[in-house]
Amino acid sequence: MASEPVRANMPPLSLHVPEPKFRPGDPVDFADVDVPPAGSARRPDTAEPAGRFTELAYTLVRVLDEEGGAVGPWDPKLSPDRLREMLRAMALTRAFDERMFRAQRQGKTSFYMKSTGEEAVSVAAAFAMDRDDMCFPSYRQQGILISRGYPLVEMMNQIYSNSGDKLGGKQLPIMYSAKDHGFFSISGNLATQYPQAVGWAMASAVKGDSRIAATWCGEGSTAEGDFHSACTFASVYRAPVVMNVVNNQWAISSFSGFAGAEATTFAARAVGYGIAGLRVDGNDALAVYAATQWAAERARTNQGPTLIEHFTYRAEGHSTSDDPSAYRSAGEPNAWPLGDPIRRLRDHLIALGEWDEERHERQDKELAAHVRDCQKEAEKNGILGHGLHQPLDSLFDGVFEDMPWHLREQRQMMLDEEEASGRPWARK
Amino acid sequence: MTDTILDPVTSDGGRVGGADAPAAVRMNMIQAINSALDVVMDRDPDVIVMGEDVGYFGGVFRATAGLQTKYGKTRVFDTPITEIGIVGVAIGMGAYGLRPVPEIQFADYIYPALDQLVSEAARLRYRSAGEFTSPITVRSPYGGGIFGGQTHSQSPEGIFTHVSGIKTVIPSTPYDAKGLLIAAIEDNDPVLFLEPKRIYNGPFDGHWDRPAKNWSAHGGGEVPTGYYRVELGKAQVVRAGEALTILCYGTMVHVVSGVVAEAGVDAEIIDLRTLVPLDIETIEASVKKTGRCMIVHEATRTSGFGAELSALVQERCFYHLEAPVERVTGFDTPYPHSLEWAYFPGPVRIGEALKKIMKD
Ligand SMILES: Cc1ncc(C[n+]2csc(CCOP(=O)(O)OP(=O)(O)O)c2C)c(N)n1
Ligand SMILES: [Mg+2]
Repeated sequence: MASEPVRANMPPLSLHVPEPKFRPGDPVDFADVDVPPAGSARRPDTAEPAGRFTELAYTLVRVLDEEGGAVGPWDPKLSPDRLREMLRAMALTRAFDERMFRAQRQGKTSFYMKSTGEEAVSVAAAFAMDRDDMCFPSYRQQGILISRGYPLVEMMNQIYSNSGDKLGGKQLPIMYSAKDHGFFSISGNLATQYPQAVGWAMASAVKGDSRIAATWCGEGSTAEGDFHSACTFASVYRAPVVMNVVNNQWAISSFSGFAGAEATTFAARAVGYGIAGLRVDGNDALAVYAATQWAAERARTNQGPTLIEHFTYRAEGHSTSDDPSAYRSAGEPNAWPLGDPIRRLRDHLIALGEWDEERHERQDKELAAHVRDCQKEAEKNGILGHGLHQPLDSLFDGVFEDMPWHLREQRQMMLDEEEASGRPWARK
Repeated sequence: MTDTILDPVTSDGGRVGGADAPAAVRMNMIQAINSALDVVMDRDPDVIVMGEDVGYFGGVFRATAGLQTKYGKTRVFDTPITEIGIVGVAIGMGAYGLRPVPEIQFADYIYPALDQLVSEAARLRYRSAGEFTSPITVRSPYGGGIFGGQTHSQSPEGIFTHVSGIKTVIPSTPYDAKGLLIAAIEDNDPVLFLEPKRIYNGPFDGHWDRPAKNWSAHGGGEVPTGYYRVELGKAQVVRAGEALTILCYGTMVHVVSGVVAEAGVDAEIIDLRTLVPLDIETIEASVKKTGRCMIVHEATRTSGFGAELSALVQERCFYHLEAPVERVTGFDTPYPHSLEWAYFPGPVRIGEALKKIMKD
């Protein structure tokens, strides 16, 4: 039993527990979210030491303004073709998410996670990096795979754990692995990829290679020890790595305040570690592109790591297992002051005279049809739960390089069991 | 597709109580756990509930629903996503004199907290000569059968039973869950309270292709609304019998019961309920009576808790044994996604083992 407070003449302490601004039913007004004007942030030379531009960890690097213009020193000045490619990859990511979310709801798989509203974070970063730079993503960067041209059918095969699934049905849906696309195997355990990315980058430096690494985690995941270990290693060895924090404001039901956002920014973590820190409008594809390109340039010239906070918003539920209306105001997504990343890039292209609404609508329809076609193709390989899509004994493959006696014995036990059972798997 | 319990359990909160409330009502395991927390928080202002998403939202499985509203934000709160932080902070609060009940969202995510559990919570009493203790109860859903893949399905109890200084408790019914959780929270040593999430909503006999049952028809679903304890360290004989002894816990109690009923074998089924400290007397008496012992757990086989049980039975009952001790377990692989039911030690595997041990 805790004793009664001693020193009764002293003022009593009180515990601060963070509380988000809005809960279900509350009207939403994001007026106190500080949005600096596009173009207002300085762009340091990539050779400048990290300590000279710490103010960039507390502002927002923004390029796209409210009129659809691209302004300021961070404007990456991409060609209209490149902009259209990026827009397409973002729209495709969204169309893919819509379709797969629905597939889960139709009982075709166990689980899905969308990245709606955060497409710029992964797509623009993928466009700004070299194709053979190595990505260590979290579960919400499907946009990287899509940008790098990974076949949608392969992604769907994985989601369905079907006979075409290159991971042999061993992983939860969306936990892709695509080495030939520079995409590390996704873990369900948060932030584990962070130190791994640093290690990959260190290895590249050890070998005198020119490839760099990049990693992503959510703002909530920055609380994990792995995040901080990664920052320390990256700082100490000036690892050629781009470390992205996707601040989408929510970690399941916990708002960013439970990861420290009431006190400071996530980019500010970089300041303490003495590494370059940028805070970027994550719904501005050009800002994300420019920041990534700048950080990659630093990494490639041995200036070390950059931590980029992407300030964005998780427009939908955490996953198919989540119902955000239970903990946040339904008004939040629409009120988000930084808008929708796809709409903003579209408006920019329209303002340039390089796109129009009709083309956009047509593209959306094309993409939806394309995704649907891919889905039909993938479903030829089966959906989860209907029949045996992998050989039963494949269960034992890949635990070790060579199978030890005890696994061989257990494998036999399983096959005998299947025989004894009258083969329910084969019948299903 | 079968049902997925990755979808949060919908519960009406399940918190009942007050002077005119009935003495016992039907609860699922989530509701029983929620009720246990409510009852101890009401009795003891030092009990604190903390963890990822447990506060306003009430936990991804809804086990802490309603508690923050009732007891306030400084007694029921969300935490940063850092399991080692959660456990370390709980230990510190315990050192002050509170009685924290941290939740680890899935047992698969307990590994980041290992150092605080193994090197700290488990040894604080020993290394400080009792000056400091760690009266914390770490709750965590565990086990598979929900298509949760590698990171929502594991059974890590054997890692913790191997550590001296931590008690490990696993209920198999709503009734036991509530009584054991109250006893665990009131215990002055650290307790790992693993909740078999496959049976949160109802007992599961291992037949994944048959309709799911809820707790309404099971005796263990009748739960007193008020305070009661199920003492730690006491096993329960779920079915008395003469032909063999089956040791199990958690979800497997129901799978085993189903197999035994179908096979018509006169088995004595023992639900261990607490793995450490183990109720060795009940086990010993039963095995000496039946002369045969089978151990069933979902966790991987090598160095699993079944190995410890097997050694104990062999050490203490060797001259009474008429057949080698039989272990039925999960395979020594990570938990697969699509081949979940090939992995799961279900009715066929248990049935085959039963035939084998009865033949010898
Ligand atoms: C080690 C670990 N702890 C807890 C979880 C459960 N979990 C999965 S996602 C999540 C929230 C993560 O939020 P954030 O890092 O902000 O990423 P977001 O989902 O917003 O992209 C939690 C707590 C986990 N997967 N791994
Ligand atoms: Mg987040």
